This record gives sequence, C-alpha cells and structure tokens, in this order.
Amino acid sequence: MDLVALLAIQVLYAVASLALISVGLAIIFGMMRVINLAHGEFLMLGGYAAIVATSHGVNLWIAMLVVAPIVVGLIGVVVERAIIRFLYGRMIDTMLATWGLSLFLVGLTTAIFGNTTVGISAPLGSFEIGTYRTSTYTLFVIAVAIVVLAAIFATLRWTRLGLIARGTMQNADMAAALGVNPPRVYAVTFGIGAALTGLAGAVLAPVSGVFPTIGVAYVAKSFITVIGGGAAILSGTVSASALFGAINQIATFVTTPVFGEVALLAAAIVLIRLLPQGITGRFFRRGL
Amino acid sequence: MNQRWLNILGLALVAVIGIAFMILTPRFAELDTVLELTVYMVMAVLALSLALIWGYGGILCFGQSAFFGLGAYAYAIAMFNIGESTVPVLLAIILPAAFAALLGYFMFYGRISDVYLGVITLTVTLILFNAINSTAGPEFHIGTARLGGFNGIPGIPPLNWPGDRTAAVDLEGMFYLAAGSVLVTYFGLRLLLASRFGRIIVGIRENERRAELLGYDPRAYKLATFTIGGALAGFAGCLFANWGSFVSPTIFGLSQSAQIIIWVIVGGRGTLIGPIVGCIGIQWLSTALGANQPTGTDWWAKIFANAPLILGVILIAFVLLVPKGLVPTLGDLGGWLLGLRGRRGAERERFEPEAAE
Repeated sequence: MDLVALLAIQVLYAVASLALISVGLAIIFGMMRVINLAHGEFLMLGGYAAIVATSHGVNLWIAMLVVAPIVVGLIGVVVERAIIRFLYGRMIDTMLATWGLSLFLVGLTTAIFGNTTVGISAPLGSFEIGTYRTSTYTLFVIAVAIVVLAAIFATLRWTRLGLIARGTMQNADMAAALGVNPPRVYAVTFGIGAALTGLAGAVLAPVSGVFPTIGVAYVAKSFITVIGGGAAILSGTVSASALFGAINQIATFVTTPVFGEVALLAAAIVLIRLLPQGITGRFFRRGL
Repeated sequence: MNQRWLNILGLALVAVIGIAFMILTPRFAELDTVLELTVYMVMAVLALSLALIWGYGGILCFGQSAFFGLGAYAYAIAMFNIGESTVPVLLAIILPAAFAALLGYFMFYGRISDVYLGVITLTVTLILFNAINSTAGPEFHIGTARLGGFNGIPGIPPLNWPGDRTAAVDLEGMFYLAAGSVLVTYFGLRLLLASRFGRIIVGIRENERRAELLGYDPRAYKLATFTIGGALAGFAGCLFANWGSFVSPTIFGLSQSAQIIIWVIVGGRGTLIGPIVGCIGIQWLSTALGANQPTGTDWWAKIFANAPLILGVILIAFVLLVPKGLVPTLGDLGGWLLGLRGRRGAERERFEPEAAE
C-alpha cells in the first residue's frame, strides 16, 4: 500500500515535470508554429540564472520563481527580435537557426561557467510514507506545475491578452485587420514561452544540478511531449505529459531509468503513427 | 556551351581532381596529414548520405548520426565476435539500413510533416546516446564484445582483405579505401539521381501532392531514399570505427548530428559536391581552431577554441544570410557573370526554347 502511494507520487511527479518542461515549448509552437530547438538551453539558462542569483545572496525562492523567468524571458525577446522574426513561415530554417542558437548557448555557458555541474541542494527536506522516505520538494514541483497550467488556462480563457493571443493564433491577418499588431504579439508570446521555460529550468535545477549540456537531457522529452500532444497548447501538453510521464515512470520503476526513456520514445513513435496530428488532433479538439 | 556539356565537364573535373588527390596524397603528404585526410574522407561519405536524403529527397533528418553510430557499433561488436571483417562490414551497412527502414516506415507511413520528422529523428539519436551511454557495466555485452557504456569500445580490430584475416589494411590502405569510397559514393549517387528513381524523388521533393496524383507513392520512395541514406551513413560509421579503432557514444551526440547538418547547409542543399566541400572545410576549421589552442584563461582562447560556439554562429549566419549554401550561391554568381557576358546569346535562345535543352 505504501509502495503504491509512493509510486503514485513518483508518477505524478514525472507527469508534472514533463508538463513543466514542455509547456513553454508548447506555447511557442502552438501560437507561432516555431519549433525552438534551443528550448533545452533556455531550461539550462533558467537553472544558471537561479544559481547565480542565489550565490549573490538572493533568496532561493525568489531566485527560482522570479529572477529565472524574467532573465530567460528577456533573453527570449532578444532572440525573437534578433533571429526568429526574420524566419516566420520558414519552419525548417527556424529549426536550423535555433539549433545554431542552441550550440552557441552551450558554447557560451561553457566559456563562462566551465564544463562542471553546479547545484543547489533541494530545500524542504523529506517526508515518510510508511517505510519509505521521499523528498518534499517533489510535491513542490507538482504544485508549481499545477499553478502554471492553471495560470495559462486562466490567461487564455478570461483575459484580453489571452483573447488577442488566441485570435492571432487562429488568423493573424484578420487580427491585424482588427488593429492587433502581430509582430508584437509574437515577441510577447516568445518571451512568455521562454520565461515559463526558464521557470521550469530553475525549479528543476535543485533536482538535477545544472551544467552547460543539460538541455540535451530535457529537449528530447519535451519535444515528443509537444508533438504527441498536438496543436492545442494546454490539453495537448497535459494529456501527452500524463501518457508519456506515466509510461516513463512505470517502465523506470520496473526496469531502469534508461529503459524508461526508451519506452517513452517507443510509445511516442507508435502514437505518432496512429495519431499523426497528436492527441488533440483527434480528442479534446475544442480544448485550449 | 549548354547545360549538358557543363554537366559532363563538371563530372570529368570532379573525377580527375578526385583520382589525382587519391593517388598523389599518400606519396607527397606526411603520414599524420594522410591520417587526418582519411577522417575527412570518411565524414564526406557521411555528408553525402545526408546530401541525398535531405538535399534531394527533401527529408529533414536531424539524426543521421544515429545510423552512423549504429554502423560503427555494429562493425565493432561483430568484429570482436567474428574476427574476419567481411561479415562485420556487411552488418554495418545492413543493420543501420534496417533501422532506417523501420523508423522510416513509422514516419513516412504516418505521414508526419517535415518538422516533426526532424524532431523525431533528433530524439531517436538522443535516446540512443542515453541508452548506449548507460551500458558501462560488464553485464552489457553482445557475445564477447562489451558495450563499454560511456567508455566506448577501444581496440577495434582493423579491416582485412575479404577472406584473408591476416592481411589487415594499413594506414595508407585506409586512406585509399576512404577516398575511393567518397568517389564511388559520389558517382554512384550521380547515377542514382540521373535514373528514373532519382528523378522521381526530386519530383516528390518539389511537389509531393503532384507526384502522388501522377501515380507515384511518395511514402515508398521516401522510405527507399531514407534507407539508402541509412546504409551509406552506416558504412561511413564502419570506416570511422576503423580509422580510430575506437567508438564511443559521443558519435550519437547532439554535436555530431549538428555537424552533419552544418556541412550540408554550408555546402548547399541540392548539390553533392557542396556537402563534401562543407564537410572538409568545417572539419579543417575545427582542427585548426583546436590545434592552436593557447593555454591559460585567455578570453579569446575560450571563445575561439570553443567548437560549439563557432559552429553555432556559422549555422545561424548561414541560415540567415546564405540560406542556399556556398556552392549554389557561387554557382549563381558564376551564372550571373556568364550571363552578363553572353546576354546577347541568351536573348537569342529565348526564342528557340527547344535549342536550349
């Protein structure tokens, strides 16, 4: 019974972290049809932002929840203005340019921080379930994921910003005709996506540590989550994270973490074969 | 001079330069130069594999290093188990080709878009990297070959002449083999592209819907192209495992995959000579940057001896500024210059279109 509870928490954590690392990418992809291959590096930058801020005496929670998203969000806006905006409508070129950006950022952080792992220890200690102990921080990550998803839902559903964003997403020309400035919407969207990615990177930094090439560990998972989820941002991310996170965690529990990842990928490829438009291409079509 | 003669002239030029390079280099160059040129040649085969499937097939494969690495690992593992190189070489071609066929089946018959295809191939490479990386323990072995995890597999036995396991191929032989492979691959692909099959895959790249309405099944043609590309990349991997007699999971890594893409982008999509030029140029650049790596914490050293940083900048710059790549851009420039000279001739041709072809 304790084991079941523990496993349930682990699965929930896997789903939450998958949703957290994917949602920024899903926003950028869903709104702008831009595949950002530097996504993993945005996560990495979030981690570094939090660590540098804490080492300069900023409170850990503020560093993770405020500093990291702002820093990475600003970087995102700069990247959109400097590179992405020249490439709208050329998806493949965008992918290639952001891949170049990804290499560039890895090189740059290696030059600045060196090729070593830095970490912050996870706060909040641990708690017991029967005979097992698990980290309380796990529950914090789950809570952050829920808050982030709820905030995105509320923004898209009930605010003017969300309305403009959805309108631009559906028909940019029509939105422009009604007085919206699509380039500005795109810049803001990219910035928000980057900010959420930075937040995810910072929140996961105490779990995994941070080093320049850590993006690689995340990028594969977040991409297949977004592609598996399909075009709808929220329902796609949530459903794909739930499916893949559960498969990953259960396979990990039965065998090894590496086999867990292989199972995740295999599931994703089969899913793409069955549902080429992703989960939301067939189900939850009217979702956000 | 019309297009056809230009074409033949170009082919003859490539053949003469290629064969001269292959025969003369080991006689005049130092052994370490020959060694370095060998690896450039091996990578050129790899570049050609992507030139085929991306440049001509229009299949955006970000994970060409998956097949490259599988070829290298297949050769290494089979070599330890068999000891005679004929079967391992064949395995190093067949296994990646089969893997490409399986992956391609899911992707092409699922009719996923180009962009998803790029992401999935990239993901496959990363997962292979993670999987092989974690096989360090002694319990991971295939036959007598230990997989070695992140340590890689050292001391891979060299190639030998088919059937005679004592006649190992020496370093110069390796160069001849690698350079010969580039030439054979280049002319083989030219033949393939000039054939009916080649015309069809280029047609599909240009307009998939139209090709389909004309009765060609794009899925099957793409799958075949992808499989051929996988086989070529696997063969390059086999040569690579021979060259260093060592493989490690880094050949599945992100920077390896990125390099192949960069070679093709820099050289030019839709040409075969471009990716070879890009491959050799970029590798030469990487070696040169790595070679004069000054010691200490000099800021410039940190930047210029930093391969990902430089490669990243090159990739961004080419996508934004020279999206066609070097060879087609130079070709356009040359054509423009020729056009200025022979404008009167060109104007006459416009009225007799059948004379132009």
